Amino acid sequence: MYGVQIAFRNYNPIDGFSGSPWVGLDNFVRFIHSYQFTQVIGNTLWIAVLGLLVAFPVPIVLALVVNQLQSERFKKFTQTVLYSPAFISTVVVVGIMFVLLSPRSGLVNNVIKLTGGEPIFFMGSPEWFRPVYVISDVWQNAGFSMIVYLAALASVDPALHDAAKVDGASKFQRVRHIDLPGITPVITILFILAIGNLLNVGFEKALLMQTDLNLSTSEVIQTYVYHAGLQQAQFSYSAAIGLFNSILNLALLLTFNWIARRTHQASLW
Amino acid sequence: MTTKTQTRLKTAAVPLVPGRPDRRRRPLRDKFADPVFNTVAIVVLLLAIAAVVYPLYFVLIASISDPNQIYEGNVWFFPQGITFEGYQRIFADARIWQGLGNTILYTVVGTAISVTAILCGAYALSRKDLPGRKIFMLVFVVTMFFDGGLITKYLVVRDLGMLNTMWAVVLPGAVGVWNLIIARAFFEQSIPDELREAAQIDGANDFTFFLKMVLPLSKSLIMLMIMIHVVANWNSFFDALIFLNDDSKYPLQLVLRNILIQSDITSTGTTGGDITSYAAAQRIAELTKYAMIVVSSLPLMIALPFMQKHFTKGALIGAVKN
Repeated sequence: MYGVQIAFRNYNPIDGFSGSPWVGLDNFVRFIHSYQFTQVIGNTLWIAVLGLLVAFPVPIVLALVVNQLQSERFKKFTQTVLYSPAFISTVVVVGIMFVLLSPRSGLVNNVIKLTGGEPIFFMGSPEWFRPVYVISDVWQNAGFSMIVYLAALASVDPALHDAAKVDGASKFQRVRHIDLPGITPVITILFILAIGNLLNVGFEKALLMQTDLNLSTSEVIQTYVYHAGLQQAQFSYSAAIGLFNSILNLALLLTFNWIARRTHQASLW
Repeated sequence: MTTKTQTRLKTAAVPLVPGRPDRRRRPLRDKFADPVFNTVAIVVLLLAIAAVVYPLYFVLIASISDPNQIYEGNVWFFPQGITFEGYQRIFADARIWQGLGNTILYTVVGTAISVTAILCGAYALSRKDLPGRKIFMLVFVVTMFFDGGLITKYLVVRDLGMLNTMWAVVLPGAVGVWNLIIARAFFEQSIPDELREAAQIDGANDFTFFLKMVLPLSKSLIMLMIMIHVVANWNSFFDALIFLNDDSKYPLQLVLRNILIQSDITSTGTTGGDITSYAAAQRIAELTKYAMIVVSSLPLMIALPFMQKHFTKGALIGAVKN
């Protein structure tokens, strides 16, 4: 945290943290006026919102469905299988993407060729970066997030289900009107947390998936900080961007927490 | 959580009075609603399972298939023209072995440091008589939502003289706040104050109590923490990427990244698939990639069934806290 001050200074290695001259908000202004600003912010928001819309509901649906399974063994098996990808490292997941999506030998393109289509160079085209990113995110993390919802579902009072059964409610109606409201507080909390990390979009994965060819959609705030800061050694400038990102995140978190408190009586604290 | 499961068992045992079906209140479609729901549910889950398993299975069979068969799209469900050349190449590659050695070293040291620090810290924070407990907690929690960013972290590590050493990889992320909160919640729930008072009367000081009573009572938590950190350390690459610049110190994941991903970027250009010696070499390289994915993920995949119980429990502690 102490280091945050360099965002407001013009850092140079000779004078160090506390000796470099103060420049106020210059670094922030420079970022906002830079030509990458719109692109980088736009990319980040695109992926973040797309990811939230697609990746957030999937584990909830999975948990609701798995919870309704009669057979304990099938339930357990499903859980284990669905969350196993969470234990594969990001590097390997991206590695799998590269081999399976390879334009010459990849599985996906073999399917496309089989059905008479033209092979697509997924990892090298800007328009494919977002879909591939989001789908692989769901693939890797949905099963693991599901576990939390399953834990919450275990604490839904079974008496409610029995009462509803007597009243002739179908399974779907019970899932919709008992299970779903039962886990709404957990959903709200996790949603707020997800919002708080919205702009931190799986930075490691974005960096790994980045190629020279898809930069126009894959450069997000964090990878930009990495490139500008560590590879080009513009420490103050990129620290300012990092700080800008943190502040935006915090603001989003506080806003949504406030909304949630007003509407659902749920809050992080 | 246990009380809830008990309620469930109890209520399930009570026989339901079957409600007399009332024709007006139950439209016809209700008769089919449940079977339809069940079928849809099972189809959805089977599709999900297939979507998770098939890519992994494909990588596995591709790693022992003849690369030419993969290129021609003949490999679908069974390996074709079995070859172990990919694996032979990997095991002959010194970088892989060195990376593996480094990963094991970082994993062991990193896990030991993290687990020790988290257990001690979380226990202290779980004690209601700790002065300034709320302030400590606040300081930790703030970092969950607000951090100084990559650059400041880098500069701090650099100024501490840890660049290009193992410590840069194992120390900065040693204490995750989320894990600290889980551990604290566990201590608060399972170590009653009365136990400590009793031990004090028997002459145990805080250290004896922690070592002889708290730790033995927290075996499941310790297992969970060890597993979380083994998995995290085994899979991490980013800290190594920014803090290490000496090839011989790279952990396995970074070596993998350089071979699996970086090499692809340079080679997957617009070159067509014409049969030259270059293309043949590339096919072998592809094969090695498949094999490498298998080798690097297999240890955790095999351990997964044994770890599952602990991870589910961790999610429960987290959910209770929520």
